[in-house]
Amino acid sequence: MTDKLVHLTIDNIPVSVPPDTLVVDAAKQAGINIPVFCYHPKLHPVGMCRMCLVEIGRPLLDRASGEFVRDADGAPKLQFSPKLETACTTPVTEGMVVITNSQKVADARREVLEFILTSHPLDCPICDKGGECPLQNLTMEHGPGQSRFLFDEKMHLDKHVPLGELIYLDRERCIQCGRCVRFQNEVADDPVIAFSQRGRALEIITQSTPGFDSIFSGNTTDICPVGALTTADFRFAARPWELKAAASICQHCAVGCNIVFNVRREALQGGRMVIKRVMPRQNEQVNEIWICDKGRFAYHYVESPQRLTQPMIRKDGALIEAEWDEALDLVAKKLTAYGASLVTLAGGRLSNEDLFNLYSLTHTQGGQAVLYSYMAGGDLTAQVGIPPQTDLGKLGAGCVILVIACDLHEEAPLWWLRIKAAAQRGASLIVLNPRTTRLDRYARHVIRYEYGAELAALSAFQPQSRGDLPEPVRSAVKTFQEAENVIILYGSEGLGLQESKALAHACAGLLIKTYHIGRSNNGLVAAWHNANLQGAWDMGFSPINNLAETLSKAGVTYVVATDPAGDDPQLAEALQHSGFLVVQDILMTETVKMADVFLPAQAYMERGGSYTSGERRLQRFYPAVPPPGNTLPDFAITARISQRLGRTAEEQSPARILLQIAATNPAYAEMDYQLLAQVHEQQPLMGRHDLYYGGTTYENRQGLGAHLSTAASRVEPLNIPDAPPPPVFPVQEGLLTVVPTTRLYDRGSLLIHSNLLHQRLAHPTLTMHPKTAEAYQLSRGQTAVMLLEKTPYRVEIDLDEDLPHGIALLPRSVGIPLNAPQAVKLRPES
Amino acid sequence: MLEGLLTTLKSMVKKPVTIEYPEQKRPVRPRFKGRHSLKRYENGLEKCIGCSLCAAACPVEAIFVESAENTDDERYSPGERYARTYEINMLRCIFCGFCEDACPTEAIVLGDNYELSFTDRAAAIYTKDMLLDPVPPGGQPTPQKTPVGMYTRSIPEMKDPL
Repeated sequence: MTDKLVHLTIDNIPVSVPPDTLVVDAAKQAGINIPVFCYHPKLHPVGMCRMCLVEIGRPLLDRASGEFVRDADGAPKLQFSPKLETACTTPVTEGMVVITNSQKVADARREVLEFILTSHPLDCPICDKGGECPLQNLTMEHGPGQSRFLFDEKMHLDKHVPLGELIYLDRERCIQCGRCVRFQNEVADDPVIAFSQRGRALEIITQSTPGFDSIFSGNTTDICPVGALTTADFRFAARPWELKAAASICQHCAVGCNIVFNVRREALQGGRMVIKRVMPRQNEQVNEIWICDKGRFAYHYVESPQRLTQPMIRKDGALIEAEWDEALDLVAKKLTAYGASLVTLAGGRLSNEDLFNLYSLTHTQGGQAVLYSYMAGGDLTAQVGIPPQTDLGKLGAGCVILVIACDLHEEAPLWWLRIKAAAQRGASLIVLNPRTTRLDRYARHVIRYEYGAELAALSAFQPQSRGDLPEPVRSAVKTFQEAENVIILYGSEGLGLQESKALAHACAGLLIKTYHIGRSNNGLVAAWHNANLQGAWDMGFSPINNLAETLSKAGVTYVVATDPAGDDPQLAEALQHSGFLVVQDILMTETVKMADVFLPAQAYMERGGSYTSGERRLQRFYPAVPPPGNTLPDFAITARISQRLGRTAEEQSPARILLQIAATNPAYAEMDYQLLAQVHEQQPLMGRHDLYYGGTTYENRQGLGAHLSTAASRVEPLNIPDAPPPPVFPVQEGLLTVVPTTRLYDRGSLLIHSNLLHQRLAHPTLTMHPKTAEAYQLSRGQTAVMLLEKTPYRVEIDLDEDLPHGIALLPRSVGIPLNAPQAVKLRPES
Repeated sequence: MLEGLLTTLKSMVKKPVTIEYPEQKRPVRPRFKGRHSLKRYENGLEKCIGCSLCAAACPVEAIFVESAENTDDERYSPGERYARTYEINMLRCIFCGFCEDACPTEAIVLGDNYELSFTDRAAAIYTKDMLLDPVPPGGQPTPQKTPVGMYTRSIPEMKDPL
């Protein structure tokens, strides 16, 4: 911090803070608590609740000389304001004196609380916020013991207003601080809730259909200083003080949000520990204090009745429960018999430790380690990705963030928040996408390209590219070339595996040519569709183009944590042709139904491990609930198979596996669980006893993780593969080209078990321009039949005038196996 | 010697202090703290709102409460919330009465019953059915079906606390 510091005195404690700091934050840094309701360190101050009133004195300035007026002792003469001032809207000035512990201030606080409580229902015993409620705590600390208002005159308002199916409003409890409304406007940019009416009739209403239609809505319950907003998920589930907190990492996208699982025993589950709610855990370098609603509400699969807890072996055509030894012996026997014809197919939700053991087993067998993913480029992000000391939360002027082929709001919500904030701080955001996305509003330059033309769009940014570029490309290229730092983020909008490979290669090539590698705030980021796809690449896995063919030729197929048969009938057919099928999973899936041997694994919240986020931050998660039945962690199952084949493999401790990873992978060198568990003080201070300040976000005491180095930052020679052949965009006369897009609430195998989110899940909807629909005699809401690989699928038609002509969009993971652009036959359903 | 004999003779004619328990039971003091009971309103609805404050106040963690939401079709208590599970481990309980003090609706009361005996540890856990008072005459057992709009408050109406 090169800025000059401002010196002031708060309660006789000298404090030095950067200019423009607010008095309330300056006091917090000095360890003095000024109570607040409406102020939140992540929101703009409004000074609505008047709880933060303090006495402020400023030194008198001599107007002629500009010097302080001094009294006989030489001390500056102070001028106190005749009334109290709000600490949350007043920036510090040089020589300021703040008094927060005088009788005048105490009186003001008491009276403000008395006013706030005039119509508060005092139903703390049943309120879900009771126990972690700022109003409750501050009333105990500063409030009057008695009220002068008549108890019978309390306003009686609606107690149970569903703003949406996720969030409930209790109108009586609301103290009208506006934190929720401001969060939705300022941070989430989803102005779907607002104040309506005035005075005592004021209420929060939702302006969207469905109600409270925002993927960040759960965060408003965290920052609500009373129990006015609560989640449907945690309604009457437990009292906050009864909950134990287990630190974890969200597993639903590549951001790697730090979370806490709140667990408690439940009689309905036979006295087992169950997860009661998911709360954010502060990590200013990853998710700050926010999480999206998918992360908050999609944990229910862990308690699903479809969990499988006993190994199974196929006998006479049926899967019969068996003992571990029997199942593992059989797998080992088959592996020995088939040798190198092993194909291991791993999913992106496995931890690094699982993947390392799995890769070791596959590698030593001479088999093929395949990643189940439609995105590529993990080898490139490991080399030219963003190195340590890169913080999306600090990017600003002089930095270019180029987002290509990505609907970030759906693919990685928290990155959307942070990149939007970076753009608002002055970073230049260039968005290249074939259609409008939520990020466009914050972009300095928006470039549209036709689906399939992402490489051509990117080539304009090449240093040698010249010629007359059309606007807005020319100004975007100029911004790009003038930038000090460049981060390129690519997604999977309209891309298949081949397209993704080509795009990642082009992005990496551009960064290398423009020397935006190996330095902090420079590099390539992939918006992976699973939590640990980056880790899987780092452990040696990669996706292949001819998956079906490879599977059908395999002697032994070992499918872990994925459901290829459920996703794609072609893969199901291929699995039928493959030799011996071993499936390792947590839930019943189509692939499990085909298995010759099934091995029950533990969900990630039932064991420890580590994930590598899309930013290549290695983060550790801890066991939260005990594993059910006869399950084992994935790494232990694989290790036991390896041991039966006469090899050594670690089956007890994931910590020791990480040490093995550190010894073999230079990016993971020096990584161990102690390092990942290290924390340092983060600003603003959150989640301590002062819940009124930051909300109910948890303080991070269990580890901030560590950023992995890249080959470029280690100054190693790069090993960039040759450019893959440019993919051909499928356009055929008489056929409609359908491109896959990613939706946050898809019908993925984990998400489908959370009933609360069912209303928001994506449907098999084909979205196209009205003119395109006209050409196929289709209209909005109509059902059509789409012929994909000779299989007919029913889709609903939706229209969107912003889309380019001649193509249609289909969300991934909604039951139709579209993983790459494809020309399909389409006809109205007869 | 006579003095000693006199004492013996005196106590022979005295009324004995022992009583023939269990046929005969000694009345307890007004503030005696015996086995807990969960009270009902006159209409049969439960007073307990499942707030868990008794469990929080309990110094020996003898109480376990799990709450759930009332509906008009299935109503246990007048407010929004009721205790789905209510268990007291009588082996742990020290009969301090803190739960009674903590209860905001006077639902849990330590009564006169001191006759607690069990043959194994599991039997020492008193469930909600065992603790609930019988339905008063004229009342209905819970869950009740109640008219819509009758119970709209989150907690039962209480008198001015002052």
